[in-house]
Amino acid sequence: MCDHRCFVYEIVKMSGSSNLVAMKKIVQQLRFEASINRVKVSQAAADLQQFCMQNALQDPLLTGVSSSTNPFRPQKVCSFL
Amino acid sequence: MGEMEELRKEADNLKDQITEARKVVQDTTLQEAVAGTTLVGRVQLKTRKTLRGHLAKIYAMHWGTDTNCSKLCVSASQDGKLIVWDTLTTNKVSAIPLKSSWVMTCAYAPSGNMVACGGLDNMCSIYNLKGKDGNVKVMRELAAHTGYLSCCRFLSDSEIITSSGDCTCVLWDIETGTEKTIFAGHLGDCMSLAVSPDFKMFISGACDFTAKLWDIREASCRQTFSGHESDINAIGFFPNGNAVITGSDDATCKLYDLRADQELITYQDSGIMCGVTSLAPSLSGRLLLAGYDDFNVNIWDMLKAERVGVLAGHDNRVSCIGVSSDGMACCTGSWDSFLKIWN
Repeated sequence: MCDHRCFVYEIVKMSGSSNLVAMKKIVQQLRFEASINRVKVSQAAADLQQFCMQNALQDPLLTGVSSSTNPFRPQKVCSFL
Repeated sequence: MGEMEELRKEADNLKDQITEARKVVQDTTLQEAVAGTTLVGRVQLKTRKTLRGHLAKIYAMHWGTDTNCSKLCVSASQDGKLIVWDTLTTNKVSAIPLKSSWVMTCAYAPSGNMVACGGLDNMCSIYNLKGKDGNVKVMRELAAHTGYLSCCRFLSDSEIITSSGDCTCVLWDIETGTEKTIFAGHLGDCMSLAVSPDFKMFISGACDFTAKLWDIREASCRQTFSGHESDINAIGFFPNGNAVITGSDDATCKLYDLRADQELITYQDSGIMCGVTSLAPSLSGRLLLAGYDDFNVNIWDMLKAERVGVLAGHDNRVSCIGVSSDGMACCTGSWDSFLKIWN
């Protein structure tokens, strides 16, 4: 699995003291990202599923749109020629 | 040990910490969690309208929001034009000639008052649609990026966010034409961005194979998501704002949950070997519509991660896709120069 470790090493290969600054920023950012609170996947999955279910009937692409309510399909008037 | 070496070690440790912390909350998988849910039935959408008028490849399209522009959308083509369409009548509301024809993105302001575009000119140009004499004119040219403009999205009539090939995203003050915040951190070209439903965050996908979640007001990157094996070309929020969907040159789409801070599932099929160019969720989030290099749009059941439909109708790459804000229709734009409206 390629993670952004590869890119950290890319910066390290370069020379110059500005890369010390860049590296410090990377470490600071990683510290921040490591510190967040995480919710259990079971909870996250349940919430996504619940949202889908709750909104299913209001989702026209999912339920289909009858021609009488489809704004892209105006009712054609039939006429005998 | 040199300071650089120490920092490198600390970075590695932190990366391991993040991996561990993600594993700790992984008490199940999305696949297991929805095992009892029935797969969505086959979705068959039909082309209801074809929007003809562009003379070259279409690179981007964006729907207006429902409150002000019912069924209006804007498209950008390398024929050097932005066209605002009334998708119900297929009439062109505006055909805006661009200074630079190398356009890569366009956006419709939520108010309906403006549209924006940009590309290889490295600029984001803002056009006022509601000018006094009825003419559409350039209102601002936002110039500061040192790379191409890949995507732009309005927060309001006074603020817009752009992503660029210079690896940064920028929040602009449209009135003054200046950069308010620079979001730096990606190690590759930023290809796409999406704003959260509450307008407090945005996500960016880049050629460093990662997606980043940014807090707009705190001006910080909150989370980084890896896993893709190639450039991320497309990105979007799940409708409740709690998850992110990405589309990549690695031929897959992925769903990342923001609160669990990890990938939940990958949308892939051994028969699909070409890159994802664009994506859009349906209103409920249950369907994921994704455009691919092979000229098709695949429709996925987002929970079950199985394909439930295909939109085949374009004669070239599908470059952009969008679902209207009322969820009533999907619009696809293609290198074949046409836009199609489906439902």
